[in-house]
Amino acid sequence: MSATTLAAEPAARPAPERRPVVELSGVHRRYPGTPPVRALDGVDLRIDSGELVGIVGPSGSGKSTLLNILGTLDRADEGLVRIDGLDVGKLGDGQLSALRARRIGFVFQQFFLTAGVTAVDNVADGLLYTGMPLGERRRRALDTLERVGLADRVHHRPNELSGGQRQRVAVARALVGAPSLLLADEPTGALDSASGAAVLKLLHELHDGGTTVVVITHDHDVAAELPRQVHIRDGRIASDEKAGGR
Amino acid sequence: MSAGRPGSGRGDPAPSRLRPRDTLRVAASGLSARPLRAVLSALGIAVGVAAMVAVVGISASSREQVNQQLRELGTNLLTVAPGQSFTGEEVRLPPESVDMVDRIPAVTDVSAIGAVAGAAVYRNDEIDPGQTNALAVNAARIDLLDTVGGTVASGRWLDEALAEYPTVVLGATAAELLGISRTDGTVGVWLGGEWFTVVGVLDPVALAPELDSAALVGWPAATEILGFDGSPSTIYERSDEAAIEEVQALLPATVNPEHPEEVAVSRPSDALAAQAAADETLTTLLLALGGVALLVGGIGVANTMVIAVLERRTEIGLRRALGATRAHVRRQFLGESVLLAGLGGTGGAVLGGIVTAVFAATRDWPFALPLWVLAGAAAATVLVGALAGAYPAARAARMPPTAALSSV
Ligand SMILES: Nc1ncnc2c1ncn2[C@@H]1O[C@H](COP(=O)(O)OP(=O)(O)OP(=O)(O)O)[C@@H](O)[C@H]1O
Ligand SMILES: [Mg+2]
Repeated sequence: MSATTLAAEPAARPAPERRPVVELSGVHRRYPGTPPVRALDGVDLRIDSGELVGIVGPSGSGKSTLLNILGTLDRADEGLVRIDGLDVGKLGDGQLSALRARRIGFVFQQFFLTAGVTAVDNVADGLLYTGMPLGERRRRALDTLERVGLADRVHHRPNELSGGQRQRVAVARALVGAPSLLLADEPTGALDSASGAAVLKLLHELHDGGTTVVVITHDHDVAAELPRQVHIRDGRIASDEKAGGR
Repeated sequence: MSAGRPGSGRGDPAPSRLRPRDTLRVAASGLSARPLRAVLSALGIAVGVAAMVAVVGISASSREQVNQQLRELGTNLLTVAPGQSFTGEEVRLPPESVDMVDRIPAVTDVSAIGAVAGAAVYRNDEIDPGQTNALAVNAARIDLLDTVGGTVASGRWLDEALAEYPTVVLGATAAELLGISRTDGTVGVWLGGEWFTVVGVLDPVALAPELDSAALVGWPAATEILGFDGSPSTIYERSDEAAIEEVQALLPATVNPEHPEEVAVSRPSDALAAQAAADETLTTLLLALGGVALLVGGIGVANTMVIAVLERRTEIGLRRALGATRAHVRRQFLGESVLLAGLGGTGGAVLGGIVTAVFAATRDWPFALPLWVLAGAAAATVLVGALAGAYPAARAARMPPTAALSSV
């Protein structure tokens, strides 16, 4: 079932208890049309806690569709989707929202920060739907901004930040709720190579800290840096490789 | 199989939750992001609410003014006048009827005027007598002014001595029409073929407006100089407030025992109150117009909200990704709509209050704005906001998060 290829278990890190965060089996997603678009065509995938996985493939191969399903923003037409141990197919919209509020963090190519709102408040919005009081949300947001290296930019508004800084704010927002799964769709797509490298470095650091990260990219250089690369083509997993670490 | 296998996950996550305070904050943030648009679309509501509040406020102030006037003037004045006989002939009150009214125990004051038949009043003796005017010549008892609660604008009122001589006191309208303002005894009017000296001009008499267009001469002077027959045309009487109904019932038979049905008794304060009530037709009409403005304002808000939802697809998608439920999204936009309408409502209520205050001040009316109007305005705006926001909010909530995020 699991598409994980057996590779040498990274022995460098003290291995935390492995548990599956993502388990997909036989996942299909079709979009209506003539003929229908088979965006995902029988995907099996298992991602364990603490992994840093790159999903790589050409444009239109189904990467974003896969990410939407991993993030429970979209549902599979067929197949089993289990996120953080929960069978997503059996959950209602409210329960999926709860899962996103507390277990999943998103980073988007276009950042999607709220204009005119300071970095700390943008990050605090990552906890908005947990019902946490504002003071506590801000406190955690400050801590998280420090973690992503933006302690000196907390009161800047998005238009006062560079692209790379904006994306790091977005990463902090995804991270502030300590999610089981961090999903990033082309996080470096809108950045120059230096800023992109900084964001990638940040994701690597999060991985080192134990966060489970899935990064979508069509950039093979970016993918080459990642310890595990899942190649997707025409809605199918073409290969799943684990490097022996960085 | 079961959600939350032991050891494999962290169990079911606690539900998403948006604190009420955060709902408000999020709803307000949508407005503060585009303040000009918010103000402009709230303006429609503001105009409607201002119109309604001002209409009710002005009419309440006007009513308060009448009530205050009635409190000052008293509501215990009744007038008695000859009605019409069964055959349609004009009937007359007997000269002694004033004394008979005075004999009713509850009656405290009584006075009368009598129309002087065939007499007219002119500025001077060169005006063609065929050219009639609307001014009446009345004989007046000297206790008339106290009984009707009238006041003298200039000069003085008739006393025992003046009532014997060709002197006249003019009602406010009469003085104006005749162009007379001097009351120092140097000005005369040509009245019933004689010169009468003007000794006083009255203020308008609220409870006896017929006196405004009258020239009032003393009862004895009218009898001796103008050939007045002594028959009163209107009797004014005041009684204890508590006894009004009783007196009202007694008056016809007292004044004309043989034909009580030919006597017309009326209560002038009723007419004043009725006049205030008559304004209510206009008030209702204006209120309806304000309601239409409010409705149009509501449509404006709905329009703004529909556009906002379309423009903010990305924000909606992002919020869903951050864990907002459909209900949270719906509440956000509903809240935004209610806030928008509430903004207009508050502005409108303040504006309506100011208009009422200014209007009342320019007319020397008391300022009255019933609290229920403000409560009603608040309720109306919340309702309008909720109705206007219901469809856009539902639409926002239904938007699939993926569509919302990929629409950039
Ligand atoms: N809402 C939709 N309706 C119809 N077809 C869709 C929809 N979304 C995606 N598709 C199709 O599904 C396929 C996979 O799309 P997806 O967005 O997952 O590709 P991707 O790998 O993310 O590509 P890119 O690298 O360009 O972002 C594409 O052929 C796309 O045209
Ligand atoms: Mg994509």
